Amino acid sequence: MTRAMNVVPPRGGRILLAMLPFVLIAIIYVIGSAERRAANPDDKLLPPISEMAATTKRLAAEPDRRSGEYVLWVDTAASLRRLALGLGIAAAVGLAIGLTIGLLPVAGAGFGTLFAVLSMIPPMAVLPILFIVFGLGELSKVMLIIIGVTPTLIRDLSLEVSAMPREQLIKAQTLGASTWQVAIRVVLPQIMPRLLKCLRLMIGPAFLFLISAEAIASDVGLGYRIFLVRRYLSMDVILPYVVWITLLAFLLDLALVYIGRRAFPWAFVQEPR
Amino acid sequence: MATLKNLLTAVCTACLLAAVSPTSPALAAKKKEFNIAWTIYVGWMPWPYAAEAGIVKKWADKYGITINVTQINDYVESINQYTAGKFDGVTVTNMDALTIPAAGGVDTTAVIMGDYSNGNDGVVLKKGKTLADIKGQKINLVELSVSHYLLARGLSTVKLDEKDIKTVNTSDADIVAAAKSPDTTAIVTWNPQLLEVKAEPGASLVFDSSKIPGEIQDLLVLNSETLKDNPEIAKALTGIWYETIALMKDSGEKGKAAREAMAKLSGTDLAGFETQLKTTHMYYAPKDGADFMTGAELPRIMDLVRSFCFEHNLLGENVKSKDAVGIQTPTSTLGSATNVKLRFDPSFMKLAADGKL
Repeated sequence: MTRAMNVVPPRGGRILLAMLPFVLIAIIYVIGSAERRAANPDDKLLPPISEMAATTKRLAAEPDRRSGEYVLWVDTAASLRRLALGLGIAAAVGLAIGLTIGLLPVAGAGFGTLFAVLSMIPPMAVLPILFIVFGLGELSKVMLIIIGVTPTLIRDLSLEVSAMPREQLIKAQTLGASTWQVAIRVVLPQIMPRLLKCLRLMIGPAFLFLISAEAIASDVGLGYRIFLVRRYLSMDVILPYVVWITLLAFLLDLALVYIGRRAFPWAFVQEPR
Repeated sequence: MATLKNLLTAVCTACLLAAVSPTSPALAAKKKEFNIAWTIYVGWMPWPYAAEAGIVKKWADKYGITINVTQINDYVESINQYTAGKFDGVTVTNMDALTIPAAGGVDTTAVIMGDYSNGNDGVVLKKGKTLADIKGQKINLVELSVSHYLLARGLSTVKLDEKDIKTVNTSDADIVAAAKSPDTTAIVTWNPQLLEVKAEPGASLVFDSSKIPGEIQDLLVLNSETLKDNPEIAKALTGIWYETIALMKDSGEKGKAAREAMAKLSGTDLAGFETQLKTTHMYYAPKDGADFMTGAELPRIMDLVRSFCFEHNLLGENVKSKDAVGIQTPTSTLGSATNVKLRFDPSFMKLAADGKL
């Protein structure tokens, strides 16, 4: 008998298996929605899919009655801008500090513990401080993402650097490399794939911080819209937005994978497709 | 392969069953146990105190039912839970009763007119001394809430429009922190946060709900079907309410002890609670509450409220007129008579006034 771990679905079967849970969820939703609608034709909790499609069309393709904007796109652009700024700055800072701490024993001794402690602070707990220090504008939203994501990046990258084989660093030195050259020519290229992997894992938390910041004080953005219409239980807006955010995060993840495989093919040799 | 198929079928069936059963809305019928949700607000603090002091149990026993009084941390969430059918009744303002359960098709009846905000909601400017100075400013508030309504009403008194300002949706939990931020210049909020915001250096209160008396009402609402099948729940709740607020009003030691307990339950002290009580117009006598409901003011106020709600799409995105959701007061019916979803029923307050509970 074949062991369970050796049963590999054929290509078509794999796609089918991947779709199955989605189809199941959809079926459960449709039944639940129909059930609630039968009891109360104005029910807002589980709107039928046709209604969500109509709302999505209105949000995406028709200008808003009051502001004249295409709500979905304006929200998406604002949120993606904040997310890109936050993740971009966090990646740059995380890379610079992580590399320094991992490579230089003096920096490691001086700041390693600090960042280990900082990474334990729940960012949401310091929100009132963020507001007072950075105000309520764009800055505080981007800062929340940076504060939430950077410490983890620093810790992970510094650990990755200190786990690099000593022989490599010694060899570079015997070939006459300075500390700077080792950092730029030996260490940096090797931790770039790790940075991309880390960023992939941080997309979820980054979205979490973004939506939280937008929920608390904002006038545009995906999180803003969700928390605004939550006041009157417009699930026909909330559910498509959730799907849209999930899709955006998924695409972002795919993009990072693609960049990683294109830029650093050597790092993915061991990984199955 | 056959076993896999069987397994899949079993899983599907289980999922479907699990999905269908808990989503069914609470079906109306004769029942013995009732769930009421409340949130922290000065005018609603009698509810937890009544539960603590045994007044809830006393009246529930009298009518042979069980009443669970549950605190929900988040106000909007409590109304959403009620709308979803998890609670039979909830403490809510007149505007939110219209926009959340009533617009969501849940027929809702207000049985107790508890109070109206008489200064508990206010507009605070950090730069400027009069409401007219608000022009061109960015205003932090909970959008689409009673704060937004208050702001809209205020703007109309100084011939300004919502186009003349910019609103920033800010959570009520964070509005005090937001007010301390240097780039925040204007805030609309309610108590207890309003007390904090007002106390900021240089801040001035330029408009408050005492200028629109009676328009922001704090109600106890029940699901109309549950009420129809079980009128005793409304009788018990009305009994609890007036016994408790009589204690709250009492100027002697007993009253002070009750207010102190309510203050503690709402996270403030006696002085803070009494400050908030001063800006709350309580209907201590059941007759006054009933008279307000049967008066000519209520339809006028509800018309203002529903117009605001319709203009801000709060009745639903596809609603074509403010008449879509019917509102029934004892004197008249506003909007669709065939789709009445919000009712004001003074009969239980009248029973209390006549001592017939």
